[in-house]
Amino acid sequence: MSIDTATAAKVAKLARIKVDPDDLPALAQEFNTILGFIEQLNAVDVTGVEPMTSVTPQRLKRRDDVVTDGNQQKAILANAPDAREGFFAVPKVME
Amino acid sequence: MMSDLNKLTIAAARDGLRAGDFTATELTEACLTAVEGAGALNAFVHHTPDIARQQAAAADARIGAGDAPAMCGIPLGIKDLFCTKGVPSQAASAILKGFRPEYESTVTQNLFDAGAVMLGKLNMDEFAMGSSNETSTYGNVVNPWRRGTDTADLTPGGSSGGSAAAVAADLCLAATGTDTGGSIRQPAAFVGITGLKPTYGRCSRWGIVAFASSLDQAGPMTRDVRDSAIMLGAMCGHDPKDSTSADLPVPDFEAALSGDIRGKTIGIPREYRMDGMPAAIEKLWADGADMLRDAGAKIVDISLPHTKYALPAYYVIAPAEASSNLARYDGVRFGHRAKLAQGDGITEMYEKTRAEGFGKEVQRRVMIGTYVLSAGFYDAYYNRARKVRTLIKQDFDSVFAEGVDAILTPATPSAAFELGSMADADPVQMYLNDVFTVTVNLAGLPGIAVPAGLDKDGLPLGLQLIGRPWGEADLLNTAFSLERAAGFMAKPAKWW
Repeated sequence: MSIDTATAAKVAKLARIKVDPDDLPALAQEFNTILGFIEQLNAVDVTGVEPMTSVTPQRLKRRDDVVTDGNQQKAILANAPDAREGFFAVPKVME
Repeated sequence: MMSDLNKLTIAAARDGLRAGDFTATELTEACLTAVEGAGALNAFVHHTPDIARQQAAAADARIGAGDAPAMCGIPLGIKDLFCTKGVPSQAASAILKGFRPEYESTVTQNLFDAGAVMLGKLNMDEFAMGSSNETSTYGNVVNPWRRGTDTADLTPGGSSGGSAAAVAADLCLAATGTDTGGSIRQPAAFVGITGLKPTYGRCSRWGIVAFASSLDQAGPMTRDVRDSAIMLGAMCGHDPKDSTSADLPVPDFEAALSGDIRGKTIGIPREYRMDGMPAAIEKLWADGADMLRDAGAKIVDISLPHTKYALPAYYVIAPAEASSNLARYDGVRFGHRAKLAQGDGITEMYEKTRAEGFGKEVQRRVMIGTYVLSAGFYDAYYNRARKVRTLIKQDFDSVFAEGVDAILTPATPSAAFELGSMADADPVQMYLNDVFTVTVNLAGLPGIAVPAGLDKDGLPLGLQLIGRPWGEADLLNTAFSLERAAGFMAKPAKWW
């Protein structure tokens, strides 16, 4: 599978990373190098093999469904680039 | 003696502190002085002398009261990936500039509860993505080792490059590291120290900036095997805040260090013999096997047939998880937000913030991860890689079931290379640094790098031992035996 500049642009968009159009051909080339390396996996017979979900089989612990945390508005907002009136502030989302 | 306190092992410092030969405050001052004089290495990137002095004073009180765990009063460096309350924790990324966590990672909290002293935060590859510490927003770390009289700057390895350089240069007694594909073991080998990646789930990941959650594991980087045993004991343990942290008893790792490995079976995997492997590494590996045989272990040839697929599987799984984990850096809740132009909306804010905040390697991996998880490719790439991961783990399960206690391999395919020498190479060439270490992360096993010799230029080389899941105590004991036989005592000549 070969990635062209249009696909590279689409991936950048999905990843929400702005890429200058002039940089797209080089980016596509890098993707192709890495994907070429990954293509080796096609040589492995994986028939009947389960995809790994957890490296150490374990049942997740359960606890009572109660609130154990909270009332930390100030701490949560402390690192925000823009916080106002107890909220995170962002540019206008809707017209 | 007093001027060399920063050169002590944890074990020697512990014994000296308890005997009253010196105080934690004196030990800490010796390290702070060493850190001050080592700016050229660029290992420490955020200095916390005030915290260190307070912690040292508290440790002295505790030692005086006779209540002193092994790590009490021991000055450490902390990798920048660990969130430390009120102290910059940036994962060496511009996107987390100015971030001061409101909380403490479980591992650092455990260390502080045991009385450890934090000297500052250590440089690393951005978001732990790199093998040479050249992707950091703070700039490169320089390896304290040089090739003979050649003054070229060498890489300390990565991603825990600052941790490796700081321990090797005697700036701190030990450091925390994290290892997703080899990021503790490869830098440890490049600077001639010991680095242990525990079994996945041994140390809590809570409060450690996430890279690839199914692979990430914290561990100690120390001067010797005994120190790794002591420090691991203080770092690990069950944590309800990390659902993957194992609720298992923590053994006394140090007590396991008898050095007696008679009757143990050590496997030598034939797939780790690579074309073009430097003769010095080939010889080191054979010598290591001889040392373990001489100590009474049985050496057997084993096969781990899916080894060659480990790196390609890793470069699907790790970027996939990274693309998901790093989605949180959106310029809303913490860290950097790009300056916006008139009319820019929220999408432009995300895209500009992430383009400005992430370095090139991080961007590349986030986008590769996005691609392999995207509609139409999920099965072909991501699911296939997870199936291959199952096969890689089965390879290890089989040899352990056949009675192998530990596996001996080289730690790295080369000695430390020159900073900048890989600048024009394609990204895959850099990824090959982790060829011997990445299988261990995919299988969730414990692995330890032990310094075992020098190459013809006088640079350190390491061997890796891989153990059974949850078998760190036994693994450390085998490493202890190897360390004694190898007798590696070399230190870098001070030039900084």
